[in-house]
This record gives sequence, structure tokens and C-alpha cells, in this order.
Amino acid sequence: MAKVTFKTDNCKGCGLCIDVCPKKILRLANDKINKKGHHPAEIFDQDACIGCASCAIMCPDCIIKVER
Amino acid sequence: MVVFDKPHALIDVPLHYCPGCTHGIVHRLVAEVIDELGIEGRTIGIAPVGCSVMAYNYFNCDMIEAAHGRAPAVATGVKRSDPENHVVFTYQGDGDLASIGMAETVHAAARNENITIIFINNAIYGMTGGQMAPTSLPGQVTQTSPYGRDPKLCGYPIKVCEMLSELEGPEYLERVTVNSVPHIRAAKKAIKKAFQNQLDGKGFSLIEVISSCPTNWGMTPQAALQWIEDKMLPYYPLGVYKDRSAQKEAE
Repeated sequence: MAKVTFKTDNCKGCGLCIDVCPKKILRLANDKINKKGHHPAEIFDQDACIGCASCAIMCPDCIIKVER
Repeated sequence: MVVFDKPHALIDVPLHYCPGCTHGIVHRLVAEVIDELGIEGRTIGIAPVGCSVMAYNYFNCDMIEAAHGRAPAVATGVKRSDPENHVVFTYQGDGDLASIGMAETVHAAARNENITIIFINNAIYGMTGGQMAPTSLPGQVTQTSPYGRDPKLCGYPIKVCEMLSELEGPEYLERVTVNSVPHIRAAKKAIKKAFQNQLDGKGFSLIEVISSCPTNWGMTPQAALQWIEDKMLPYYPLGVYKDRSAQKEAE
């Protein structure tokens, strides 16, 4: 059971993680704004995650933690 | 089981870089390599002038801020003061390494100074607002070349790895990029080799990382990564430009 957690307050909303996700289960949370004023990335289908960590490898701000 | 988390050698503070800037990825790769080699306590980093000037706030090892372009000279001094213990790396952009610091870079390479250089090439001056750099591509629009870089007026971009590979001195030269997950994995391997070379006493290693600058290129982070693929990689081909130990073994 893979689990992805975001340090939401440090997210700059660049969206690079979204493009590299092979399962396409990430998105920018359009209804949320973090402390920096960005729409942070979030995962909307945790069960579909395979824990490949592609999002974490691509994230320029190192805010993603992946557990499996 | 944790598959991926922030490396210990990277301090847990928000980076000041623009959204989508690949500086953060390269910072993390360097930190991961420091963790994996277990050298955090004896590593000394040299920060440049440029966007990455505040790298000293992010790495969990001792850092020194060098005058503009002089990081290889400072690294030489630090390394020679205790060659057995110190692991010294510099982290420089193209404006720092390929423009004002070109002399220091070339001579450190010619002396085969036992240091590691991480060279970020994003074809533009980022911190000062997007002026033309020595590495800007022909035809590239920047603040100081609004009609595109004209090689007749401004000359051609400098290919640092190719240029240094003609010298006898350097041990290892490789060009990598970080615009996709496989490329990032390859980049980490190259950076690890560059640090390992220093631990083995082999000498000067320089890793050129083709990076993006979405803000000053005027693109989205996604388009910037695509621009690397379409425009930068044809001019700056990836690969190993010099590996003296491998050459010796082959002979």
C-alpha cells in the first residue's frame, strides 16, 4: 500500500509532479491556497498509487515523501 | 517503509527558487550523494554568485561564499589545506563559471585540482533578470538580445565540457540534464561518480547540468523542460566528454 504525502506549505504549484505521474492521480488543488499563495499539489486517488516516487524525484522543492 | 524523503544533507527550509526551477532538483541530488557516501561531516561546499548564491542556506555542511566566479580558486585553497579529509565541491551557474570565472575554471581543470564542480547551465543570467549569458543559444531572446542572439555580433555559445576535454588535466567531464525522471537518475549517477573520483584522489571532475529557467525564458515549467529537449540538447549533447581512468584501462 503506497502512500504519498505533500508538505503543502512549501509547494510552489509548478505542477511538474503531475506530468510525470504514470497513474495520473495528482492535481493542483484549485480550492486551496497555501501560505505562499499557490495552489498546492495533491493526490486524489491514494489507492491507485504504486509508490514509484517519480513525483518525488521530479519535485524541485523536495516536498514529497513516498512510503510503501 | 520510506521509499523517498528529503535527504539529511539538505536543510529542511523552503528554497527561494522560482516555481519549476530545476536548481532544487540538483541541490537534492548533491545532498543525496553526500548522504550516500557518508561524507556530510567533512564536506565543504563553495557557493557561487547567481541564483544559487544562497546555496549555503540549504546544504547541511560547511559552506563558503566565493567572489563572483572564483569558486574553483577558493575550492583549491580549501582542498589543499587538508587534502586527506576535506571533500570540496563548488556549485556554479553559467554566468559564474563560464563568464567571469572562466579563467579559474580552465586553470583548475588544467592543474587537475582534486575538486568536484557542479555546473548549472540554463543559458541565461537568472538572478539579474534574464540577460544573455555566454551559453545562450543563437537566436535566443533575452533581455539584452531582444531580437535573438546574433552570433555575428555576440559570438557563439561556449561548450564548456567540449572545451575542457581538450586539456590534459581534467579527470572526468560529463554533461547531464534534469528534464525527466530517467535523466535525473542518470544525473545523480554522474554526480556520485564526480564525488567518488575526489574521494579516490583521481582529480578534477565537472558535471554540467542542463537546467531550465522558466521565469526568464518566459515559459511555464512544463514548456521549459520541453525547450531543453527541443532546443538545448541538440546544441549541448549529453554524454561523457572525458573519463581518464576509463581511457587508461581501455589502453
